[in-house]
Amino acid sequence: MTADVVPGVVAVALVTIATLAIGSYRQRFSRTTSDFFVASRTVRPALNASAIGGEYLSGASFLGIAGLLLVFGADMLWYPVGFTAGYLVLLVLVAAPLRRSGAYTLPDFAEARLGSRGVRAACSVLVVAVGWLYLLPQFEGAGLTLSAAVGAPRWVGAVVVGVVVVVGVGSGGMRAITFVQAFQYWLKLTALLVPLAVLLVVWMGDGSPGPVLRTDTAQWSLPLADGGGAGLYATYSLIVATFLGTMGLPHVAVRFYTNPDGGAARRTTLVVLVLLGVFYLLPPAYALLGRVYGESLAAAGRSDVMVLELPRVMLPGMAGELLTALVTAGAFAAFLSTSSGLAVAVAGVLGQDVTGRLPGLAGRRGTLSGVPAFRLGAVIAVAVPLGVSLLVPDLGVARSVGLAFAMAASTFCPLLVLGIWWRGLTAPGAVAGLVAGGLGCGGAIVTTFSPAPVTGWAGVLLEQPAAWSVPLAVLVMVAVSLATRDRVPAHAGRFLVRLHTPESVRP
Amino acid sequence: MRTRIRHGLPRRVTDLGSEADRATFRTLHTASLASPALREGLTVASAERSLKHLRALLGAPAVALTDTSAALAWDGEGEHHAEACGALAEPVVRHGSTRAGDASVLTCDVLACPVDEVVVAPLVIDERVVGTLQAFSTRTTAGLARATDEVARWVSGQLELAELDASRRRLMEAEVRALRAQISPHFIYNSLGAIASFVRTDPDRARELLLEFADFTRYSFRRHGDFTTLAEELRSVERYLLLEQARFGERLQVTLNVAPEVLAVAVPFLCIQPLVENAVRHGLEAAEGVGHIRIVAHDRGTECLIEVEDDGVGEDPERVRRALAGDADLDSVGLGNVDARLRTTFGDDFGLVVETAPGAGTRVLVRVPKFAPGVVA
Repeated sequence: MTADVVPGVVAVALVTIATLAIGSYRQRFSRTTSDFFVASRTVRPALNASAIGGEYLSGASFLGIAGLLLVFGADMLWYPVGFTAGYLVLLVLVAAPLRRSGAYTLPDFAEARLGSRGVRAACSVLVVAVGWLYLLPQFEGAGLTLSAAVGAPRWVGAVVVGVVVVVGVGSGGMRAITFVQAFQYWLKLTALLVPLAVLLVVWMGDGSPGPVLRTDTAQWSLPLADGGGAGLYATYSLIVATFLGTMGLPHVAVRFYTNPDGGAARRTTLVVLVLLGVFYLLPPAYALLGRVYGESLAAAGRSDVMVLELPRVMLPGMAGELLTALVTAGAFAAFLSTSSGLAVAVAGVLGQDVTGRLPGLAGRRGTLSGVPAFRLGAVIAVAVPLGVSLLVPDLGVARSVGLAFAMAASTFCPLLVLGIWWRGLTAPGAVAGLVAGGLGCGGAIVTTFSPAPVTGWAGVLLEQPAAWSVPLAVLVMVAVSLATRDRVPAHAGRFLVRLHTPESVRP
Repeated sequence: MRTRIRHGLPRRVTDLGSEADRATFRTLHTASLASPALREGLTVASAERSLKHLRALLGAPAVALTDTSAALAWDGEGEHHAEACGALAEPVVRHGSTRAGDASVLTCDVLACPVDEVVVAPLVIDERVVGTLQAFSTRTTAGLARATDEVARWVSGQLELAELDASRRRLMEAEVRALRAQISPHFIYNSLGAIASFVRTDPDRARELLLEFADFTRYSFRRHGDFTTLAEELRSVERYLLLEQARFGERLQVTLNVAPEVLAVAVPFLCIQPLVENAVRHGLEAAEGVGHIRIVAHDRGTECLIEVEDDGVGEDPERVRRALAGDADLDSVGLGNVDARLRTTFGDDFGLVVETAPGAGTRVLVRVPKFAPGVVA
């Protein structure tokens, strides 16, 4: 280890310690009985929105988008647009009714709406699937980050994030603490904004040069320049996946429970849109600078770490190292916050529906319950994707995240939207739709990761499944629901009234 | 030859049993389809939902369920006779035994109408006739009469179970009412006394306290809803503590530490406040000097954990066990009541946990799942 890696190591250590410390910090309110302080302590939309932003902005957003833009050009702008616009769909269709349903997790919603344990079980499996699919790139990205920042082997970063997440989540320190996640958002924003400001000054100092023309600029800046019909399809598919997938991410849904009522849930989502909109201005700016200064990185296939390397390349010396350290800290915060949010969501499901049912491990009634089950769930939730990411490197950070979105869009989006807006949904219909969407999208994902890739149109369809798997899931869900019309839950009408009635006009 | 063929399918034969067995299974299955509706009690809705299955059980062309005076539902052909059901029910309600109905009220001009004769059987709950089951046919047979009588007995059993469910619910409501009524006269007297002592010295504070008192009683006596949010419940706890502090002054020290994430959790109405009341009573009224009360709400992933702790005289664990078992002689009536309601709402895993010993203070732990089907504030 040489001297120039010290800032990076220090930055990573600081982020880790700060995260764990804020997590274990408990607010003390000793002298109570000042007026109504409980009411004044409900989580404000602004704070909750920061927390959602902190949990949501993963390594894919932090590193991946800039890298994709650098390599593949302007059509990749659909990633940041989609990641943000997903919340618009969430705001319009889902946010307030989901909160009013009283559900904490997505399986809870399914059970409350359809009154069926079967749908709940299917949802639990899918939460784990989406969670793992989303955790994979987090670990992979953490490995990339540490190897770029301090030259550590790839597995180190993944293992460090995995261990910190298990310790934080398992000890209860980091669990769902709104302040930690809110802190992470502002840390991430700062860690991109400050270096960008410096680098833009450097760029202007250089006389605002244009890109080094090793690649064709026209092709880079024109959307779909080389894709043709397949490229157009892939773009639409990406739009469908990101616009509709956000509402089905397990760690996002859980956060809405913190809102006091449906109105607050809407306000929170609105603030999230603003926060994400601000954040997603930054990666494209990095990509632009990368076109000017970082062409060698793209050529060397290191576009995923371009954001980390750019300060070094543009500003040799200590200043560059410090800025790189700051970006590294931000990236690490991104991996930590998203991973722990996902780990909490997955561990919650595993603890309730899997490890909590294991007989003979502990407990008076012969099963694990409560906290031990949750801890075991957390270990499993992290260990499986960590193992896979170590065994199968190079999945591509942003692309794997795209697949997690596609999976969520093909399963939970139809369930949520139909569950909230159509009283005809039945339990068999929901299960059939979930299975159709999950198998369709999951099968496509498995095929693309298999060693013998499919080429041509079939390959494109498998690589970006959302555009066909989402309509498929919706159609199956509607068709089977109509076929089993006599199974519409007796309380469906009443439940929908509750979902759509503002709290203020309730009796 | 035939036996060999049947031998070729031994599993099917042994698995499904004889024809008589299968008929029994079919009957039991049909009965099980009818029972959920009947368990809601005898209403138009439950009669409509169960009657189709009852007709399958009886094999009659038409059946009807009535209350003591009129038809609730009709299933099968000849529905234009439904108006006659009331007249048919009347003698059975009076005498309480199964009998053939007066066929003269069933004459009609409809061709091929299968409703010519009728067997009427009473539905009895607690030796009281609440309605009748009527089976119509072209000719009543002894078999139909027997079947109608048996099915009516079975329906009566289901209705009695429904009555049991209803009385269990009424019991729970009564328990909540008991808790409301339990806001002790002492507390009201002491609070008003404390407020009165401020009227001259500090009129503003007296006024504030009086408003707190009004809000506190409004919450405690509210009529609607079994559930509330933890935030509402804690707000009421705060008001209560404010009023107690007016009385005890510096002797009552309170620490509240609530994770904001759990404020939206739905909890049974008045499930924390009785615990706090106990803590104040045991922590302060019995002991001299300063008493500390600590109320903490943790976020535990899919659950919320609430602790109510005092550093008072403590309690003999055996007495607490008896209080949780519902022994009303003890002065911690709230404890058993809250425990019972938490168990009925969330299941036996979510009962109260009490840690105590004489002289060592008391800590009560409440676990509440963030989501439970049907539990909404």
